[in-house]
Amino acid sequence: MRAARTARPAASRLVLGALAGAGALASGCALTATAAWLIVRASQRPEETALAFAIVGVRLFGITRPLLRYLERLVCHDAALRMLGELRATVYEHVIPLAPARLHAYRRGELLAGLVADVDAVQDLWLRVAEPVAVAALVSVFCTSLAAWLLPAGAAVLAVGLACAGVIAPLAAAACSRRAQERLAPARAALTTATLDLLRGAPDLIAAGAARAELDRVEALDDELDKIAARCASAAGIGSALAAMGAGIAVWGCARVADSAQRVGHLAGPTLAVVVLLPLAAFEALAPLPGAAVLLAHVRSAAARLFALLDEQPAVAQAAITQPLPQGPYTLALRDVRARWSAAGPLVLDGVDLVLEPGRRVAVTGASGCGKSTLGALLLRFLDPCAGSVTLGGVDLRMLCQDDVRRVIGHVADDAHVFDSDLRENLRLARPDADDARLVEALRRVGLGPWFEALPEGLATRLGQRGGALSGGERRRLALARVLLADQPIVVLDEPTEGLDPASAQAVVAELLDAASGRTVVMLTHRPEGLDLVDEILTLTGSGRLRPAPAGLRPADAAAYQDAVAARAA
Amino acid sequence: MKPLDPRLLRHAAAARRQLCVAGAIGVAGAVLTVTQAFALADLVTRPLQASGAVRLRGPFIVLAAVLAARTVLAWAGEASAYRAASAVKSQLRRALFRRVLEVGPVRQDTGSDGDLATLATRGTDALDGYFSRFLPALITAVVTPPAVLTVLATQDPLSAVIVLVTLPLVPVFGFLLGSAAARRNREQWSTLTTLAGHFLDVVEGLTTLLVVRRATVQVAAIRRAADEHRRATMATLRLAFLSSAVLEFLTTICVALVAVAIGLRLLSGRMDLRTGLLVLILTPEVYWPLRQVAAQFHASGEGLAAAGRLTQILDTPAPAPARGAGLPVPDLTRASLRIEGLSVDYGRARPALATLDLRVTPGEHLGVAGPSGSGKSTLLAVLLGFATPSQGRVLIETADGVSGLIDLADLADLDLDAWRSQIAWVPQRPWFAARSIAENLRIARPDASDEELDQALRSADADRFVAALPGGTSFVLGEDGAPLSAGQRQRIALARAFLRDAALVLLDEPTAHLDPDSEQVVAGAVRRLARGRTVIAVAHRPALLADADRVIDLGLVTAGAVG
Ligand SMILES: Nc1ncnc2c1ncn2[C@@H]1O[C@H](COP(=O)(O)OP(=O)(O)OP(=O)(O)O)[C@@H](O)[C@H]1O
Ligand SMILES: Nc1ncnc2c1ncn2[C@@H]1O[C@H](COP(=O)(O)OP(=O)(O)OP(=O)(O)O)[C@@H](O)[C@H]1O
Ligand SMILES: [Mg+2]
Ligand SMILES: [Mg+2]
Repeated sequence: MRAARTARPAASRLVLGALAGAGALASGCALTATAAWLIVRASQRPEETALAFAIVGVRLFGITRPLLRYLERLVCHDAALRMLGELRATVYEHVIPLAPARLHAYRRGELLAGLVADVDAVQDLWLRVAEPVAVAALVSVFCTSLAAWLLPAGAAVLAVGLACAGVIAPLAAAACSRRAQERLAPARAALTTATLDLLRGAPDLIAAGAARAELDRVEALDDELDKIAARCASAAGIGSALAAMGAGIAVWGCARVADSAQRVGHLAGPTLAVVVLLPLAAFEALAPLPGAAVLLAHVRSAAARLFALLDEQPAVAQAAITQPLPQGPYTLALRDVRARWSAAGPLVLDGVDLVLEPGRRVAVTGASGCGKSTLGALLLRFLDPCAGSVTLGGVDLRMLCQDDVRRVIGHVADDAHVFDSDLRENLRLARPDADDARLVEALRRVGLGPWFEALPEGLATRLGQRGGALSGGERRRLALARVLLADQPIVVLDEPTEGLDPASAQAVVAELLDAASGRTVVMLTHRPEGLDLVDEILTLTGSGRLRPAPAGLRPADAAAYQDAVAARAA
Repeated sequence: MKPLDPRLLRHAAAARRQLCVAGAIGVAGAVLTVTQAFALADLVTRPLQASGAVRLRGPFIVLAAVLAARTVLAWAGEASAYRAASAVKSQLRRALFRRVLEVGPVRQDTGSDGDLATLATRGTDALDGYFSRFLPALITAVVTPPAVLTVLATQDPLSAVIVLVTLPLVPVFGFLLGSAAARRNREQWSTLTTLAGHFLDVVEGLTTLLVVRRATVQVAAIRRAADEHRRATMATLRLAFLSSAVLEFLTTICVALVAVAIGLRLLSGRMDLRTGLLVLILTPEVYWPLRQVAAQFHASGEGLAAAGRLTQILDTPAPAPARGAGLPVPDLTRASLRIEGLSVDYGRARPALATLDLRVTPGEHLGVAGPSGSGKSTLLAVLLGFATPSQGRVLIETADGVSGLIDLADLADLDLDAWRSQIAWVPQRPWFAARSIAENLRIARPDASDEELDQALRSADADRFVAALPGGTSFVLGEDGAPLSAGQRQRIALARAFLRDAALVLLDEPTAHLDPDSEQVVAGAVRRLARGRTVIAVAHRPALLADADRVIDLGLVTAGAVG
């Protein structure tokens, strides 16, 4: 089982924990046995020396029990935390290369449930299934051997009781709940997803009066969880009833055989007490077993979900041997590039040729959905062409390490994310070593200066989830400030002026397209702002090819168009 | 975090019921414990008594009955605990969901979405342990020790006195243990929810992180954070476990004290074996439940921490104008909007919107322009009842056709659900359900026919690309409208508004992300839509502003001039 390998960072600790746990419980049993023997023997008024041995035993077990239990708990918790941390980091590690092309096949709620609940469940395999089973097995063997030494018939009865509580009870509980438990992980993930929908969609849903219907959806999923829980409740009840029955059989049966043995004189009084009282202590170790058995089906399904996620292949694979990043200045060239998002999907780009010498600035326009952003994804290597090649400084992008590509090529996506932290952190992402002055300067350059000055907390202002405390245009410009900070030699700007008023838009693109910076720019846009500042305007046609822009959309004409826009707005 | 959180009982009726059930089971359990001890003491000692006629049938029958009863109790206890846990979880979750919708979209102190979603699922699930392990242990600890102590007092007063004297030690260490555990649980829980919120944020911004080469750094950060968390937790746990070990050791010593006293008396013949054995079997039953409570508090505290957080959210009064005061809403096809001195302030040096005066008559098509950040979206949020004005108000003015009297209603007093039912809204950043396109459209109007969907898609210039998708309108979207392009998503959002058929249409940059051709199509459709409706359209682009009857510039309003 692959889940077994998740224990690697803590394997030795788990073994130690199980041994300590078994030792603690065995000490408990031994304590009960010696104490019972001692008290009955004492009532027979023997020589003091006859008791010495047992007195030492009672003292010893009285100390080892808490000590070993302490050890068990410490070691097991440490192991659990180690495994959890490692597994969570592994999930992260595997999700990262899935973005963006493969990630949208996953619901975020599913991913979140995977990280939180499924990881917990897989870890439960060790702490709540394997360890208790190991402890129970060791303690059972110990107690049965002890009983066999004192009274073989008692051992047989004890074994029957232990089998009932330790084998039959867990199996019965598992059988009753398996189907329900297998539904548990998916149901939890579905509820997480629906909850996120409810939270994320709240404004749209409330405004549309659809909140009630959405709530009904969530509550239906809640009902499903409730049904699963009811099933598992019966299973847990049956499991613990059978376990209690096993204990009952052993206690009663041992008392019975001890009584018979004593009658025929095979059993001394103190030993009789041990045989009667030992089973009481022995069953403490078996109490968690039905629960563990019920859990196992859940662990299995959670692990299957987690591993399916970990097995997903990214859209772009890192080359086995990558080439080093060539020296700048960089020429970016696309040669007869064809691209599609999935093997079965249509060709979005179908024979794109484009050569960008250092410092060249082009705008790409085209109908919505024609593939402009796809072109951007190719340049950032979020997608590999299915034919043709994209080269940077003469090296095929596929031969470069992805981070190296992005060291040279910057990007502002049409929906760049604002993180739920403060302004400083959001900007520093692009340049971790930048000081505050530099961050503020970047804000000024994208026209956020006045806005920034009005913030009482300055760079420490929290921007809210997904930048909720910013206006649409402020979000856009924050993303542009990032690309200015990162200051790569080549940048791809996807709709940089969307959501901005014409004046801000013009000022911002002037900054980004500043010829003096020597930046190579690919600007994907629908808007006229900045079209007068580029070297060339291209149009991506519906058939996926790049053509020179139609007459009337030349950089020179764009200026006139701009004027007309300004005149009309005034 | 209290062991028995009254807030939990208040918010979940199922918890109150389970408390009674568990109480009954606890009492029965105490009776069985005592009876079993008597039976066992008889079974061990009677055969040893010299008297020949040993009658053991009685104790054997009693023991069998006790053990059978235990089996039944085990079943009842476990099944009812899990069932109750499930009911409580469901009640808490539903209360949380309702609350979320009541508060509306402007949530502030309730935590991030990832945090809340984790709280609602994984957090409430942790209550299983609370109900199945902690609560029974707590009740046993309340019921059993006094019962056993009473029996001890009748059987052997000396032992009862020893137990009574040593008993107070248990709560002292139990408290140490419990408070350390409670702290750790709270920390553990907040670490987990923070991690969840963070993970969600990272997953959503993964493309952005990849672009700036910060994605892999996150993994190292997670590892480091997990390691630090482990160290901190283990430090607390070491203390907690140590006090637990000391507690166990102490109770062992207490039992040993009793045992020594018994042993001495047995040796000197001042006590009979049956009483001695009975006392020795019963004494641990006084300490054991108390120790168990402390231990389980630690084990099931996570659920308690989560429940505490949940009830805390439920207990905070809703800050926003949740539902409105519920007055009936005037018909918007005949009512004017009168905005008087409206300001919205988010605590920044400049208000988001300052003293806006505006009147919109029914059927008017108002264009709203203004630089980025001048409060355009904020104005729409106020009209939707999402943002609370810090000053001023929105009045709805209806002229009575018969009497000619003018009726004024304040938006804050209205039934907001009914008010919103007359509004269609295209937000600046629309939300998409990860469902089919048809389902996404029907959010605006659940009973819309297929023809109406097609019509709405045509108006939004979305018909052609939707038809080209595999399955057409039954094409299922991913998160955030993936894999549609930006302009395609915008057009789906527009189609929703066209489908809605509302008297007041609020458009926030409806033609953002659209190419000039699509923009023309949409502008034409908005023109048609505007007939007989009031439209307030935020726009930067001339194509849409050109059609407006009137354009106000919020940049000028905030600068002092009146639009
Ligand atoms: N991750 C993806 N998986 C599958 N299909 C995709 C993906 N991203 C985009 N597409 C599809 O590829 C086509 C081109 O999309 P793209 O985002 O490149 O268009 P665009 O030109 O940028 O449009 P817009 O101007 O509206 O942003 C669209 O039909 C879109 O549905
Ligand atoms: N929740 C919030 N907390 C703090 N400030 C906010 C919040 N929401 C908006 N603001 C601020 O209020 C101002 C107005 O925001 P609003 O979204 O109304 O602008 P807008 O006119 O729609 O701009 P844009 O054209 O860029 O969308 C902005 O400066 C914004 O930063
Ligand atoms: Mg695009
Ligand atoms: Mg806005």
